[in-house]
Amino acid sequence: MNETVMDGAPAPGIAHLRLEADPLLRVEHLVVEFPIAGGRVHAVSDVSFDVVAGETLGLVGESGCGKSTTGRAVLQLPRPSSGSVRFEGTELTSLSGTELRRVRPRLQMIFQDPISSLNPRRRVFDIVAEPLAIAGVKDAVRHRVNAMLEQVGLDPDAGERRPHQFSGGQCQRISIARALMLDPKVLICDEPVSALDVSVQAQILNLLEDMKARYGLTMVFIAHDLAVVKNISDRVAVMYLGKLCELAPADDLYRAPRHPYTAALLSSIPVPDPAASKPAGLPEALAGEIPSPVMPPSGCRFRTRCPRAQSRCADVEPAMREMAPGQFAACHFPLDPPTAL
Amino acid sequence: MSELPDYVSGDAARPVPTGPLLEVTDLSISFASPRGLVRAVNGVSFRVERGRTIGIVGESGSGKTVLSRSIMNLLPTQTTRRSGSVRFDGREILGLDAHDMRSLWGAEMAMVFQDPMTSLNPVVKIGRQITESLRLHLELGRADAVKRAVELLESVGIPEPGRRIREYPHQLSGGMRQRVVIAIALACDPRLLLADEPTTALDVTVQAQILDLLARAQAERHMTMLLVTHDLGVVANRTDEILVMYAGQVVERAPTWRLFADYRMPYTEALMRSIPRIEQPSHTRLLTVPGRPPDLIDPPSGCPFAPRCAYAQDRCTLEAPPLIPADTPGHDYACWYPVGSDEGAAALAVNRRLGRIQAGADPTDVVA
Repeated sequence: MNETVMDGAPAPGIAHLRLEADPLLRVEHLVVEFPIAGGRVHAVSDVSFDVVAGETLGLVGESGCGKSTTGRAVLQLPRPSSGSVRFEGTELTSLSGTELRRVRPRLQMIFQDPISSLNPRRRVFDIVAEPLAIAGVKDAVRHRVNAMLEQVGLDPDAGERRPHQFSGGQCQRISIARALMLDPKVLICDEPVSALDVSVQAQILNLLEDMKARYGLTMVFIAHDLAVVKNISDRVAVMYLGKLCELAPADDLYRAPRHPYTAALLSSIPVPDPAASKPAGLPEALAGEIPSPVMPPSGCRFRTRCPRAQSRCADVEPAMREMAPGQFAACHFPLDPPTAL
Repeated sequence: MSELPDYVSGDAARPVPTGPLLEVTDLSISFASPRGLVRAVNGVSFRVERGRTIGIVGESGSGKTVLSRSIMNLLPTQTTRRSGSVRFDGREILGLDAHDMRSLWGAEMAMVFQDPMTSLNPVVKIGRQITESLRLHLELGRADAVKRAVELLESVGIPEPGRRIREYPHQLSGGMRQRVVIAIALACDPRLLLADEPTTALDVTVQAQILDLLARAQAERHMTMLLVTHDLGVVANRTDEILVMYAGQVVERAPTWRLFADYRMPYTEALMRSIPRIEQPSHTRLLTVPGRPPDLIDPPSGCPFAPRCAYAQDRCTLEAPPLIPADTPGHDYACWYPVGSDEGAAALAVNRRLGRIQAGADPTDVVA
C-alpha cells in the first residue's frame, strides 16, 4: 500500500469521499482477508465509501466481488482485517463487544434468503419482538409488533404463525419488520430481492422505499442486478474483485459509465425489449471470468478482462479520480462520456 | 467454430423434415401429494416449427419446468398423471418409458438444466460425461469419442479443453460448468434443445456469454429450442415466439415483438411493468402485483390470475377465459377484459371507483 500521504491532501484512493459533508457512515480503506490453506482470500481490498443521512448507496458487482463481505464488515460481522468504519462519528472497529451491542440497534441488516434467515421453530411474533427483548424494551410489546407487521403489509394474525407458512416475499416482509423494530438509522440490505419472483420483487422494492421515507432510513443496498440497484439507489458503487471501480449518482452512472467494467456490466444486462439496440460505444459481452481473489492481478484488478488494458494497468494501480462532478472511477484509460445530444 | 465432422452433421441421414418438430396438445400434468392433486400443467397446447426458438416465461410455480420435463419424459412415472399429447417429429412420446426414451434422449432431444453443479455428476470426470452419449448414440470408439469431446469443449469456449476433460466438475467455475452441460447437450447434435433457466444461477456477464453461445449453437445446427425462464429480458432478443404461463396455463402467446408491443393479458402487463428497467430514472415507482401465485392444489375457479388482477370483474372468478386470437396472427390471450381494450378500460374504471385496486397496483398510476 502506498504510504506517502501528504499533509492536507486526501490519502490516495479516497478522492471520492465527501470530506466536507458529515456522513452518517464513513468507511475508509476497508480490508477483509480470510486465511485459507496456502494463502489468503483478498475479499475486500481497500474499499472506501460514505453514506449521508437519508441516502441510499447501491453496491453492485458479480458474485465474488466482495460486496456482501463489505456490507457485513460495516456491521463488524466479522470485524474487518484493517480499515476504519465510522458511524455517527463512532469508530466501530475499536469497540468492544458490549459497546458494539449498544450501537447495533441503529445498524440493521436484511439478508438474501428470507426463509433461512428466520428461525423456523419460532412464531413470527417472537421473531419480530426479539429485538425489543434484547434492547430491554418491555412496554407495549404486543402493540409495537402488531403495528410493525401491519406496516410491512402482513395480516394481524401473521404473528401467531411460523415462517414456513409464508411465501418468500412474506418472509422478506417479516425480516424487514424485525430489522425496523428498534428504529435503526442505517439498514444494510444484502441481496434482499434476488431470491424472489419478479412480481413479488416489485412489492418488496416499493416497501423498502416506503419504509425508508417513513422511518428516515439510510440504506446500503447490495445486489448483483443493476436494474434493481439503479431503481432504489441515489448513488451506486461498482465493485470488482474486492475493489471499487466506479462510484457515481445512479442516473449518471448508467447514462455515462466511465470505467470499462461498469460499461461491460451494463451491456450484459438482457433488455426486456426486442426493439432495443445496445447503446453505441458499449463493449460486447465481457470475455473470460473473474480471477481468483487468492491471487488477484497486479495493478488494476480488472485488467485481465479489460478491452482497454495497457501495460501501465499491470504496473500501477489506478486510484479513484473525479471524471465528472460527483462521478469517480479508478481507471487509467476511462471511457469518454457520450457526446451530448 | 470448426467444421463439424460428417457423423454429426446429420443432414445426409435424415429425411427432409415436414410439419412441426414438436406439437403439444391439451397437455395436463398433475402429481399426487399428501394434500391432494397438484395441477401443475393444465391444458397446454402449442407447436414449435423446426429451427425456431420458443420462450416459455413464468414465475416459480407457473408450471414451466414441469412442462419442459414432461416433454422430455423426465417426470416420475408413479406419482404423475398425464393427459393430452406430445408429438415429437410426428411421433407420440408422452408417457414413453425410459427404455424407449433412451434412443431420443441426447440424440434427438437434449436438455440444459438450471444448476450446472447438480446436473453434472460430481464424481465422474468431465470427459467421460461427454463421451458417454457419443459412444452410446454415435457408436464412436474411445479415442474418437475423446477427440470429439475435446472439439465440443472447444466449440463452447472452454480454454485448454484437452486438460479440462480430465478434471472434475468442482474444478470449474459455474459458467464453465454450464458450458460443459451445453457441450454434453450438443454432443449428438439433437434436433430439439430444452434450456430450463440455463442462466439463472450465473452472473450477468456470464449469462450474456452463455446466451450468446446457445444462440450461436442453435443457428449453426439449425436446432429447435425451448428457452424456459422467468426473465423477460432473457427471451426478448433471443426468441421467435413467447408463451406466458401462469398457474399451469398458457395465458398469452405471441410472436416476440408482438408480445412486447401489444400485450393483452393483465398478467403479462404486470410482468412487463413490475421489472425495474435500466433506462428508467432511479426511484421509479414499480407496478406491483398484490398477493402471490395461486395454490395449484385447489386452484380458484375462473381465471387463475383474477385474485391479483386490477381488471378483474365478477365474471373472471366464475368463468375461465379461453385462449382467444388477438388481431395479429399467432397472438392469443386468455382474458375477458384485456389490456388496451374498451372492456379492459371500463373494468379498470369500475374497480378504481369501487376501491378494489390496491395501492401501487393500478397500471394507469404507474408511468409506463
